Amino acid sequence: MNDLFLQVLLLADSTLRLATPLVLAALAGLFSERSGVVNIALEGKMLGGAFAAAAAAQLTGSAFAGLFAAIGFAVFLALVHGFASITNRGDQVVSGMALNIMVAGLGPTLADAWFGQAGRIPVTAEGARFRPLTLPFAEEIREVPVIGPIYAELLSGHNILVYLALLAVPLVAWVLYRSRFGLRLRAVGESPEAVDTAGISVAWMRYRALIVAGVLTGIAGAYLSVAQNASFLRDMTAGKGYLALAALIFGKWRPLPALLACLLFAFADAVQARLQGVEVPLVGTIPTEAIQAIPYLLTILLLAGFVGRAVAPKAIGQPYVKER
Amino acid sequence: MGAEAAAAGVDETPAVELRGICKSFGPVQANREVDLAVAAGTIHGIVGENGAGKSTLMNILYGFYQPDAGRILVDGRPRRIRSPLDAIRAGIGMVHQHFMLVEPFTVLENLLLGAEGGFTLEAGIARARREIEAIERDYGLEVDLDAVVRDLPVGVQQRVEILKALFRGAHILVLDEPTGVLTPQEADHLFRILENLREQGRTVVLITHKLREIMAVTDHVSVMRGGRMVAHRRTSETSTEELAELMVGRKVLLRVEKGPARPGEPVLEVAGLEVRDDFDVPRVRDVSFTVRAGEILGIAGVAGNGQSELLEALAGIRRPSRGRILLRGRPVEDAARARARRLGHVPEDRLRMGLVRSFTAWENAILGYQRLAGYLRGGFLRRRRMIAGCVDWMERYDVRPRDPFLHAADFSGGNQQKLVLARELEHDPDLLLVGQPTRGVDIGAIEFIHRRLVAMRDAGKAILLVSVELEEVMSLADRILVMFDGRIMGEMAAEEAEERRLGLLMAGVTAEAG
Repeated sequence: MNDLFLQVLLLADSTLRLATPLVLAALAGLFSERSGVVNIALEGKMLGGAFAAAAAAQLTGSAFAGLFAAIGFAVFLALVHGFASITNRGDQVVSGMALNIMVAGLGPTLADAWFGQAGRIPVTAEGARFRPLTLPFAEEIREVPVIGPIYAELLSGHNILVYLALLAVPLVAWVLYRSRFGLRLRAVGESPEAVDTAGISVAWMRYRALIVAGVLTGIAGAYLSVAQNASFLRDMTAGKGYLALAALIFGKWRPLPALLACLLFAFADAVQARLQGVEVPLVGTIPTEAIQAIPYLLTILLLAGFVGRAVAPKAIGQPYVKER
Repeated sequence: MGAEAAAAGVDETPAVELRGICKSFGPVQANREVDLAVAAGTIHGIVGENGAGKSTLMNILYGFYQPDAGRILVDGRPRRIRSPLDAIRAGIGMVHQHFMLVEPFTVLENLLLGAEGGFTLEAGIARARREIEAIERDYGLEVDLDAVVRDLPVGVQQRVEILKALFRGAHILVLDEPTGVLTPQEADHLFRILENLREQGRTVVLITHKLREIMAVTDHVSVMRGGRMVAHRRTSETSTEELAELMVGRKVLLRVEKGPARPGEPVLEVAGLEVRDDFDVPRVRDVSFTVRAGEILGIAGVAGNGQSELLEALAGIRRPSRGRILLRGRPVEDAARARARRLGHVPEDRLRMGLVRSFTAWENAILGYQRLAGYLRGGFLRRRRMIAGCVDWMERYDVRPRDPFLHAADFSGGNQQKLVLARELEHDPDLLLVGQPTRGVDIGAIEFIHRRLVAMRDAGKAILLVSVELEEVMSLADRILVMFDGRIMGEMAAEEAEERRLGLLMAGVTAEAG
């Protein structure tokens, strides 16, 4: 087998793994921002999900129990965010940041109290992790040139959440553009007063958008702690929530472009991981820190240079208050 | 239903009846014991000054606000209307002053919103298309269903709003100040649509402060003042003079009294001016004119034909791409220096450019003039002096409430305008640029503002007036220029101006008809 081809496949494979939480979080952001709620709290909700998933999975020995706990906790956080920013018309960014900070402290503290491992939750129980799935006939066609390795190495062998994230993209696109809920969602972020006068509750629409966002960030969190890794760690989201938000903006609040943006960021991350410790001709070994900065530098470049004309939903960031 | 209603005569059940409606916002009583009966199959006008409570009343009818007391009857049956959804179910549709449309959506998507008819849109779209095309035919409301709303002219957007109400089965249609954004021709088109609706047996409630419109289309008219319903009249048995007096509570002069102008030397000279907008599209093309001391030059035209860009260029806010602007013989460089050279500017959009909403009245009263000698001592603002000055102006310009510490956003539109006007007039400019001086301002205040402008002129100041209210330009200006698509289409002296000819010029028709 051609070595370079295999290298590319492995790079694509890890891109897919790294993109999964970004895609889920970006879609979560899409729901909430299309409804008019800035979701800077993706980071905290995802981290909360990771914490809840690890704790529940470790205690019950069931990965699915972990997943549902993650969804439950992230939805709870979304409702808190909604209560502050929709019901009480607080600032969406401030309340979102408050959630991020709260979760960042709460997770390790509770983990420490319950598991006594310095803020870490190891997921070691039998059946507590999502295992890679081997797609049908993966082994049989592995030897077929080109298609075989792509199927067996790249497409097969991921855990169920990876496939879920990829399926979620077309599903979200369909909901957004072809369903009643999607029409109202797009309307409420652009012109909440039009939605209100059409006899639809603005607050309820936004709550529903936040709940959907909570479900998706919960899945993303569970992926981090009980699928991709086998533990909850302090600050393990490491800015992925913000990165997802950047991907969403880069994708102009549309599902497919947002997916592509996520893949791009994940690819940068995968390259970064491969480059560590590698001798580069002429330059020598690049410091790890500089390499790790690649995805973030890319984010800044893209957002500063290419997204100049991205038009956000018009009512984004503004709590809805009837005139007068 | 229309024919039956007509045959039934006067004592039939009203389509809408409001009884004893009361509503207060904090200490402000917006509606006090308001009664109103609107006969089915008629066009019923509601007039009143800004703040008289018209919009509050209609927002109660549409379920936006809950009344503190009172009852609503629709077709003789008491109805609880707690939300717009209840109003829609009761057959009430509303066309708001600011359109309630989702701009990036197509017309069809806007119509569908809230009336989708199922979780997927597919089926609803086919059904809506059929029904809407039938409604369009019945009422002469031609709109391209697949056009994006943002790209449509306001007149058409308004038709979308009417369609939206009809599509939801409204048989009672409420329109709040519908002609504020329309040309005279578009307004006439709207009135034909309303008459069509009446012929088909629907009931129309028209809220406006323009008495000419009331006289032109309504069957009945109710007058509100200070939150109360003060009179009901048959339109055929009343007059604009009587209605104006009922609205204001005293006699008002509808026509501005002014003597002939005595123009002096040129103050503002504009030659070959071209101004481009933010997208580099020329909005003012090859415009030349002169404004002399002691005269009011009026610029008429439909909104969006380059008047805004012209005003901004003259005020030094926007750089012209070609041509020359001379203020007392010297070019205008920028807004701050123009101001120092006695150029006053009452901008068209007072909320965006004329005031800082979150500043207090006294702060707003010196905005742009804060560097003037009298206001500073050692680089610090002389607060007490400014506040006293503001109180004095509030007194003389009748700004209510007379509270210099109230934020600009908390004044009504008319009072905000008086505050801006006081600031610009009291700093004694040689040239005053005025954009839409009476937009959203009530009759009593309009009279006052017009008198002030004429007094300025008689004191030998040069005034450039830009207004989309043709009547206002005709009654105030000494000379009138008409702008269309960035060009000056024609000039005429005020005495020889007539509405039809101006209307044609405003629509870009220059053929020498007579």
